[in-house]
Amino acid sequence: MLATIIRRLLQTLVVMLVMSALVFAGIYLVGDPVSMLASPEATDAQREAIRVSLGLDKPLVVQYLVFIGQAVQGNFGNSFLTGEPAMRLILERMPATLELASVAMLLSVLIGVPLGILAGLRPKAVGSRAIMTSSVLGFSLPNFWVGLMLIMLFAVQLGWLPASGRGATVSVLGVPLSVLTLDGLASLVLPASTIALAKCAMIVRVTRAATRESLPMDYIKFARAKGLSEKRVLGVHLLKNILIPIVTVAGLEFGQVVAFAVVTETVFSWPGMGKLLIDSIINLDRPVVVAYLMLIVFFLVMLNLVVDIIYTVLDPRVRLERRA
Amino acid sequence: MTTPGSSATPAPAAVRVETPLRRFLADFCASKLALLGVVLLLLTVGAALFAPWIAPQNPFDIGTLDILDSKLPPGSTSSDGSMTYWLGTDGQARDVFSAILYGMRTSLMVGTISVLAAFAIGATVGLIAAYFGGRIDAVLMRTVDIQLSFPAILVALILLAILGKGVDKVIIALVVVQWAYFARAARGAALVERGKEYVEAARCMSLGWGRVLFHHVLPNCMPPLIVIATIDLAHAIALEATLSFLGVGVPVTEPSLGMLISNGFEYLLSGLYWISFFPGIALAIAIIGINLVGDHLRDVLNPHNAA
Amino acid sequence: MASRWLRLLAGSTLTMALALGAATPAAARDLVVALKTEPSSLDPQYHALTPNTQISHTLFDPLVRADSKLQPQPALAESWTVDGDVWTFKLRPNVKFSDGSPFTAEDVVFTYDRVPKVPNSPSPFTLYLGSVAKAEAVDPLTLRITTKGPAPLLLINLAQLPILSKHAASGPAPEGKTTTQLNSGDGLVGTGPYKFVSWKRGAELVFERNEHYWGKKPDWDKVIYRPMSNAAGRVAALLAGDVDMIEDPPTDDLPNLKKNKNLFIEETPSVRVMYVAMDQYAEPTPGIPDLQKNPLKDKRVREALSLAINRDAIVDRVMGGVAKAAGNALPFPMFGASKEHAQAPKADPKKAKQLLAEAGYPDGFSITLGSPSGRYVNDSKIAQAVASMWSRIGVKTSVEALAPSVFFKKRDSYGFSAYMAGWSATSGEMSNPLTSLLMTRNPEAGEGTTNRGRYSNPEMDKLVREASRTMDDDKRAKLLQQASNLAMDDYAFLPLHFELSVWAMKNDIRYEGRPDQTTLAQYATLKK
Repeated sequence: MLATIIRRLLQTLVVMLVMSALVFAGIYLVGDPVSMLASPEATDAQREAIRVSLGLDKPLVVQYLVFIGQAVQGNFGNSFLTGEPAMRLILERMPATLELASVAMLLSVLIGVPLGILAGLRPKAVGSRAIMTSSVLGFSLPNFWVGLMLIMLFAVQLGWLPASGRGATVSVLGVPLSVLTLDGLASLVLPASTIALAKCAMIVRVTRAATRESLPMDYIKFARAKGLSEKRVLGVHLLKNILIPIVTVAGLEFGQVVAFAVVTETVFSWPGMGKLLIDSIINLDRPVVVAYLMLIVFFLVMLNLVVDIIYTVLDPRVRLERRA
Repeated sequence: MTTPGSSATPAPAAVRVETPLRRFLADFCASKLALLGVVLLLLTVGAALFAPWIAPQNPFDIGTLDILDSKLPPGSTSSDGSMTYWLGTDGQARDVFSAILYGMRTSLMVGTISVLAAFAIGATVGLIAAYFGGRIDAVLMRTVDIQLSFPAILVALILLAILGKGVDKVIIALVVVQWAYFARAARGAALVERGKEYVEAARCMSLGWGRVLFHHVLPNCMPPLIVIATIDLAHAIALEATLSFLGVGVPVTEPSLGMLISNGFEYLLSGLYWISFFPGIALAIAIIGINLVGDHLRDVLNPHNAA
Repeated sequence: MASRWLRLLAGSTLTMALALGAATPAAARDLVVALKTEPSSLDPQYHALTPNTQISHTLFDPLVRADSKLQPQPALAESWTVDGDVWTFKLRPNVKFSDGSPFTAEDVVFTYDRVPKVPNSPSPFTLYLGSVAKAEAVDPLTLRITTKGPAPLLLINLAQLPILSKHAASGPAPEGKTTTQLNSGDGLVGTGPYKFVSWKRGAELVFERNEHYWGKKPDWDKVIYRPMSNAAGRVAALLAGDVDMIEDPPTDDLPNLKKNKNLFIEETPSVRVMYVAMDQYAEPTPGIPDLQKNPLKDKRVREALSLAINRDAIVDRVMGGVAKAAGNALPFPMFGASKEHAQAPKADPKKAKQLLAEAGYPDGFSITLGSPSGRYVNDSKIAQAVASMWSRIGVKTSVEALAPSVFFKKRDSYGFSAYMAGWSATSGEMSNPLTSLLMTRNPEAGEGTTNRGRYSNPEMDKLVREASRTMDDDKRAKLLQQASNLAMDDYAFLPLHFELSVWAMKNDIRYEGRPDQTTLAQYATLKK
């Protein structure tokens, strides 16, 4: 296990390097950052001066090597747009996104798995059909629309919850969290529900599929024959065996939400990293994009490692090492 | 099953031979929901295919649009009296009904092709990674990780810069963005299967790894993959809409269904609901149809369900 | 069991919501503004961009400020005299910075010296000091500026340079306090009506009243800015009462917002013009692949394209009435805009087709119109409308609406035969759009920087150059009117419309709109 973890960490370094190279090349191909940044009234001479001061006049390979040289010392460069250290900009906003993503995924799993098992148990029942149909709605309704509808209903019409923003935060180990304050919780409800709606639908479906597949199996029959309560049969035996696809999907979705929850963050003006990324891509603010994606790829590799480890816990037959 | 040695008497000629196909169709049609799904699917696919003949207007030909007819409510007549806008017009004076028909074509085409391609590529990669493990798994999965971290819009922007505009480039962008998801899910399922006895048995029989993977392992990995595929279709259509909205998708004068919907959002608060509502319904019908069929297909094909 | 727990949860949620809702005090009023774009920095010399400058003009004052007609008015400078290239400014006495220290001419010199020293600026303010050769403090209340030749635009340029405190903003770095330090409030000391309290990027920027302010006391104790880039979210926040004032509500929502008795809508013509530029240089031109010649070099073709556009329809149908049809680069009666082109040309498709036939294109031709997507208000929608109008006179147009970075790349490499874009004449004078958009491209002289159609009219160039050396306002205005008339008569480019700037606010608040589209919180007032 330790070997796996160490090996994965080394691979992560390689991956981050590859990612940074891809981003450098990619942004270079897309366009000229100076055209997005400079005032439209700037003369060609002024634009050239900006280009020089940002280091963009040097050949791409040189720029990349300079970046790597600084990166290994922990300096990921300064945002072209704001002049602030890129990594700090991102880390400042990361807790907000992580919080939102975690709450949303928690909601989805807590609601989705039981519903999915229910739907899988009695597939022909009216309740199950209803669950499945509404799950289709769940992931076909666009995120943006759901968010806006929730705002209109709960914030504008009823006035129960805030229409935007994060609310008060409390610092835990230096990290500001809003989930620990009432005001923060109120601000979390709508955006987390918006995200959870679609993710929940996905989890319900995957759970149902896995349940339908596992129910006819022998071990379920044996467990029932043993006289175990239905709750134990389902809650322990069935659950353990259907968790692998659920964990896979939940892990993937969590990663995606953390990395790219832009739409929700934009609609609710949630001060997370997603919007920072999109704006930086559109503005060709390369240092921020590079730093962000390197961080995200690190996060996703680690996340997938956790998921892989969970696989081995759930199913001892799964082995991550190459077989002898 | 005949016992060896018994005389084989030919069965009476009138018995209906139950081929697997017949049984499959019978199972499938037994569910009313599945039939409904088929109907919906035929409706949407038919609408898309026959759009040029059914639609009263070609919304992609901007020479026929008159901006003075824009944002008209359902049931209005055009300013030159030549046609009725049954579902109203959008911000660019496109007849919503025609736009839905034409847009459905683009959305369905882009969506289904990209999902199928992503599925094929992703599942293959995932299965291979799980089966061989070790370094191959590491390289493939790290590539997957990089891909999952790469934002769709950046991929689309880069492809746009390198390859230029076009619907085919959008499909490529969507495939590039989506295959990693399937790879990860396929690998997860295949890791579980790899430990099972039938795989060992197949390998003992000296079957090539290709045959083992695709003939034996893959069918058992299908359920979660099909779920993801059907959901992914909705995602692909929405993603294409987002990319088009940001200027890196289909041409803005030839909107896909997804683009119509997202264009229509900004009019929601001001009461011009039809611009987003009707395309939304059309999309929902398509997706519900696909999912109903897909659900039942999955149930029927599931070997475990064979009682 | 479960239901009891649920009821408890629902009850406590409701109580909590009510308690939170009741928290706003009725007494001293704060102003909460929803911004469309968050400032990229609080350093007033880092990035010359509207979201930044509107913030710095609330914390700081320049020597002169641009009023709501964009004319220079005394601010920290009470009066001034000009003698050849020497300008002498008499500064306002008894002005204090927000930290209590006195304002003197030394602060002005320090401020102007700092401008070129700010590193890595994506859009430096050196733009505005181009005509300044030297700035010196004669005595604590007298400043002398020597310009490089006649500088009729000096005052307007100085209005863009808010004054920092030498005492507070000095530091070990060459530029004194660095941009990063200023962003955290360190050294961010000005003479403006408000002073800095805190900034949580992406969440909120908080200012409070500056007790030492020399001018009229503003109505708000605190000003809180919240960035909300999503227009629908902004409107929802206003409707929910979370914010007091918002920038830029979506044009389509305006009719509904205007009907809402709890809201007030302020609309003002701005100096932003949307226009279509045409390639008048390349043979053949890249966007018209079927022809070997470039039809856009023929004035009749350009006129036809102009007449084909129904500007009123675009204003009404695409911009929701939040625009004014344009016949010139600047609206009349702004400085340098003549009466001749005050009205936009009326659409005349028949004449347009005639002109095309006369020019030798009776069957029209195909062209591609480029446009950014999401950079300007309704940009790709306007382009589509224009394209459909051109198609109706036989010029089959396809629209290439690209993400802004890709659009600029293609435009600046002359990939378009025709493109649509916007321009903001921040100086409020005709010299601004003419110099950047229509003068013959001359990078060394800074002329025609954004003239990617490569239009060239040497006669007009001469007039604009002469105007830039003319100190007499009346003479200069006449020269600019002449120059712009030449350009418009020649259909150098096709102005479409001027945007109206819109602000929406709660009904007990008023804000006098500004043509430079800035939101200056200190001028928002409580309706008496």
